[in-house]
Amino acid sequence: MTAHSIITIVVYLAVLTLLAIPLGAYMARVYEGNAGTASRVFGPVERLFYRIAGVREDEEMTWKTYALACLAFNFFGALAVYGIQRLQTVLPLNPDGMGEIAPELAFNTASSFTSNTNWQAYGGETTLSYFTQMAALTVQNFVSAATGMAVLVALIRAFTRKEATGLGNFWVDLTRSTLYILIPLSAVLALLLVSQGVVQTFSPATTASLLQATADADGNAVLEQGLAMGPAASQIAIKQLGTNGGGFFNVNSSHPFENPNAASNFMELLSILIISAGLCFTFGKMVKDKRQGWAIYAAMLAIFIPLLVVCNWSEQAGNPILTQLGADQVASTLHAGGNMEGKEVRFGIADSTLWATATTAASNGSVNSMHDSYTPLGGLVPMWLMPLGEIIFGGVGSGLYGMLIYVVVAVFIAGLMVGRTPEYLGKKIEAKEMKMASLGILLPAATVLVMTAIACLGEWGTASPPLANPGAHGFSEILYAYSSMGNNNGSAFAGLTASGSFYATSGGIAMLIARYWVIIPALAIAGSLAKKKIVPASPGTLPTHTPLFVGLLCGTIVLVGALTFIPALALGPIVEHLQMMGH
Amino acid sequence: MVSVVRPALVLLGLFTVLCGLAYPAAVTGIAQAVFPKQANGSLIEADGRVLGSSLIGQPFADPAYFWSRPSGTGPFPNNAKASSGTNLGPTNPALHDAVKARIEALRAADPENDAPIPVDLVTASASGLDPHISPAAAAYQAERVARARGLDPEAVRALVREHTTAPLLGILGEPTVHVLELNLALDRLAPERARARAL
Repeated sequence: MTAHSIITIVVYLAVLTLLAIPLGAYMARVYEGNAGTASRVFGPVERLFYRIAGVREDEEMTWKTYALACLAFNFFGALAVYGIQRLQTVLPLNPDGMGEIAPELAFNTASSFTSNTNWQAYGGETTLSYFTQMAALTVQNFVSAATGMAVLVALIRAFTRKEATGLGNFWVDLTRSTLYILIPLSAVLALLLVSQGVVQTFSPATTASLLQATADADGNAVLEQGLAMGPAASQIAIKQLGTNGGGFFNVNSSHPFENPNAASNFMELLSILIISAGLCFTFGKMVKDKRQGWAIYAAMLAIFIPLLVVCNWSEQAGNPILTQLGADQVASTLHAGGNMEGKEVRFGIADSTLWATATTAASNGSVNSMHDSYTPLGGLVPMWLMPLGEIIFGGVGSGLYGMLIYVVVAVFIAGLMVGRTPEYLGKKIEAKEMKMASLGILLPAATVLVMTAIACLGEWGTASPPLANPGAHGFSEILYAYSSMGNNNGSAFAGLTASGSFYATSGGIAMLIARYWVIIPALAIAGSLAKKKIVPASPGTLPTHTPLFVGLLCGTIVLVGALTFIPALALGPIVEHLQMMGH
Repeated sequence: MVSVVRPALVLLGLFTVLCGLAYPAAVTGIAQAVFPKQANGSLIEADGRVLGSSLIGQPFADPAYFWSRPSGTGPFPNNAKASSGTNLGPTNPALHDAVKARIEALRAADPENDAPIPVDLVTASASGLDPHISPAAAAYQAERVARARGLDPEAVRALVREHTTAPLLGILGEPTVHVLELNLALDRLAPERARARAL
């Protein structure tokens, strides 16, 4: 690693932690209905919303009602996204005349945005009208994130309540997440991004004359350059903060209008992890033991940092085949060097690999470099982080409830080793919790592997296109696609043409399974835990804030992740690495 | 069941208005008032003509200009209405052929230069619109540009330094050279040459 990379990473993690702690404390106050000054600003809007919607703020929901409310809200959200896309030709704000969207593609995008995946099977500036981007996609960017946060808060409450059936109110948690947390942060970030050059306009694309004429693929002279525009900053702010990731433009945050310079890049990078990191501290505060939040944060970092180092090292080492051809990939003060195919000069290796690791650790899925062109081991890192279940920071809310499911498993394994009934935060972990935790871990993993296998069985998955690269790398494109959709990430080995009916339909289904087959078990665990007593700690209790437990938790995650996915990874990136080194 | 349908539909409607219309409209209003240049694409304008955006790269193939990074957009390079990378994997023969062809083109335009070629000059950017090259890639091309324009190489190098941006606060991001602005400055430095080519 270069000194520049090390400094970038240290500065990033330090600033992230310093911002996450106060944000976490603020979010805890919001969910406890105690937001102080913020209530004076947002309280009237909040109460107005409840009045129109007929919501009683103090009405407690059982886990089943909570889940039903969550599913109903997401179902109608998906219908709206589907409908708006199908009708965009007759809806307003379509200055560049975007055309019809096919049913499979509209279904894929609807499941993608309601499930907080934001897989882009479409190219933003070539497919979607401004109205679709705003009223369909931006809305789901907010509320799908808020859904994840609400489910997490219900699970946290379950740990704090004794012999209770209620987990809080979904509508209240949803509304507060959006009004008090997501909207203010997004508005500030959006304006900061505009100040750096991110576009924000309702005007159509504009045209510039080229300084030197060029030619198109048929040899015709091209004298002008069209410049796609749009209300980008407002959408980018929430797509980063809400771990959504669906870009305004096709190439996402590598587009200079979406991410123009080092300052915008640093802000967008922080936004990927800030809420998920902050929620660890929210958790610590709400369970009245801050050490528990720190322990989980430490476990996330303990997996994040080594994987980031591998990704950075592999990309900085570059592609030996290009060195043979005469390209200079050795870093110096004059250039970043390394594997620059699919990367932007202003981001180089340090910012590109930090982003790639953060965006797949979180379920964000935005990109500032093209993962498809990464070296095999550089690409292996995101491809393994996603199917771990998006729990290393993970999606907003969903990352931490996924992580808490792993905590349940880790506590259970520890209990087996010492022969005691396992407990976490005074709650006994029993058969029901274990069954639900296993479902929440196994179903998404099975979805990834089974769908990858189906895609490999025939022309529908393996022809070119949809695949863009031959050999082992082509397999990596398939595995990456289902790892991403099957864990609600949304990034891609983007050479894969995902808009055809096979990938659009199967991927749409994978995204729904990955989202709702973790939400339902997580809420079932919450319902079961809330009913239990809180057992006071005894000398036989396994403390869950110690380095020992952090190690046990990381061990559980890595072991499950390795056993499930290394055979598949061996067929893709590992084979390709050997081919590249032996070239 | 009915008890969840009403809040679901009503809140979806309210959030659509708030997050989908009011929020982007408010951000647009403030952005247009406070940062009009940035919000509208940081355009470079002269004599009422739009010469480009200071954020979007343009393609160059004339030895008298600094060349941008290769672009994977179609149907022509640096098409800012359809951003795209090449998405070629590291072992794909198509990548190796493309890099080989780019190296040959650079060598052919500058046969005496046998310095190693900085990697960013022969690999396609992520967006296909990268406005920058590295200082190394500019240094590689400076002699060629000076020769083609009949300029003192030192004057060209000075111009490159003028259009080089250091990392933010010395630590974030990479050093960059802005190709379009550099080439516009070259044309201003040697307008004779620019006029000759325009004819």
